[in-house]
Amino acid sequence: MNSKVADRIATGVFIAIATIIVLVLIGLFSFILFRGVPQISWDFITTTSSTVREGGGIRDQLFNSFYILFITMLITVPLGVLGGVYMAEYAKPGKITNFIRSCIELLASLPSIVVGMFGLLIFVNSTGWGYTIIGGALALTIFNIPVMVRVSEDAIRSVPNVQKEASLALGINHWHTIKTVILPSAFPGILTGAILASGRVFGEAAALLFTAGLSTPRLDYMNWNPFSTTSPLNIFRPAETLSVHIWAVNTNGIMPDVEAIADGSSAILVLSVLFFNLTARFVGSAVHRKITASK
Amino acid sequence: MQQQMVEKRNSIFDVVDLNLWYDDFHALKNINLEMNEKEVTAIIGPSGCGKSTFIKTMNLMIQMIPTVKMSGQINFEGSNIIEGKVDLVSLRKHVGMIFQKGNPFPQSIFDNIAYGPRIHGIKDKKKLNEIVESSLKDVALWDEVKDRLNSSAIGLSGGQQQRLCIARTLATKPEVILMDEPTSALDPISTLKIEELITELKSKYTIVIVTHNMQQAARISDKTAFFLNGEVIEYDQTDIIFSNPKDRRTEDYITGRFG
Repeated sequence: MNSKVADRIATGVFIAIATIIVLVLIGLFSFILFRGVPQISWDFITTTSSTVREGGGIRDQLFNSFYILFITMLITVPLGVLGGVYMAEYAKPGKITNFIRSCIELLASLPSIVVGMFGLLIFVNSTGWGYTIIGGALALTIFNIPVMVRVSEDAIRSVPNVQKEASLALGINHWHTIKTVILPSAFPGILTGAILASGRVFGEAAALLFTAGLSTPRLDYMNWNPFSTTSPLNIFRPAETLSVHIWAVNTNGIMPDVEAIADGSSAILVLSVLFFNLTARFVGSAVHRKITASK
Repeated sequence: MQQQMVEKRNSIFDVVDLNLWYDDFHALKNINLEMNEKEVTAIIGPSGCGKSTFIKTMNLMIQMIPTVKMSGQINFEGSNIIEGKVDLVSLRKHVGMIFQKGNPFPQSIFDNIAYGPRIHGIKDKKKLNEIVESSLKDVALWDEVKDRLNSSAIGLSGGQQQRLCIARTLATKPEVILMDEPTSALDPISTLKIEELITELKSKYTIVIVTHNMQQAARISDKTAFFLNGEVIEYDQTDIIFSNPKDRRTEDYITGRFG
């Protein structure tokens, strides 16, 4: 077989694989949306859920998903980026660094249900908080930090060394160089990592079952005092997210319209992830354009 | 007459018995060089002779490599920068460096130049504008970029990028500018512009330039040091090195018999 034929075959195989991936994605998407979108109504996303009656909505679950995402990222992104900075810029090659790297990889491969059980022991029982948003967010942080550290480290390492040299040679110290030259250049990569991590937060159910709980108290959306028990912003209240809700209604829902709720919720979840990704990318590229002055 | 003028100049760098090792590899051996203010010193020699290593010791950029060990003295304005705690920030503010390839930051042209001064504490917008304008004028780039100071520096040509980097260094008001083969990635016309620039800059700055190009050394430098295998073989007035070298190896190198 000559190399020309081999090249054509390889190209064909890659195109076939790409087509399969796209088809699977389109198939899944259209299945979920086809079944889910008819269930979505203004009522569905603005009313609270009901455990027994027909016609419950997902208002609180939707809010909880975004709120837990927000709190999780608030903790994960700074810790992950700083961890990445440490691994890429400060850690000296050697046994200790290798050990840290193995720990991070091990943490990344932990099953989420195990992280959930750990969260139950530490953030729910030991602290005495019970099921809380912050407990869920911390469990998800454990779950996401390895990814965030890894992606940040890679993004920082891929910044050309000449830029670091240029800054150091101007008499700018290491930390300032990281802050003003390296991190802005690594920003697109870090953003991708944050978006991937966010997707995991949206979709995660197992780690939240035992940490953020399966219920949501009665919420008053006019109450913005984060210390009030009826405020949606209170981080010490239980919160059922959309993913957990889908799992819960499917496994032990007793309302008559279980299927409709599950379908509608799935569609909303998928659309939320899509919406979030696109918004994050749009905002991210606007920020990146601003700092790099590129078109 | 010229000899007398040279002698009147103050010494700014005085390197005494400098030795440098990368792990076990002895890269610089007993280097002794003295450089005067407002002179252009060219460092020539074949690849691997230690010339880039040497120039990177002068602003201690060499310390980015963790395996480096040094002994001897590099006296900059009378104080030995190898010994004790040296304020790298202040050293590198005084001793700027230009690299082989222009390495602008992926930011606007304005921000590139204003980067150093900003971090060194200049916040006043008017002052920054002045610094940016005068630095760009000093490198003859102002007319080419004055209408697009806010667009990305990455869009400039290779020669413009290198001049931008020189302007960025000038903006921190150094006394010495180290150049590590600054034209090796440029076309002849851009190279010529940089060389003209160096000739102009030497009225205000001390310049040390590493170059592979012997004609370049002959054209722009006052003094030339010839490095071979980590040693300084010969260091003298450029015209002497190129017309009447004392060492046989220098002669062989500049006549193109090796290297």
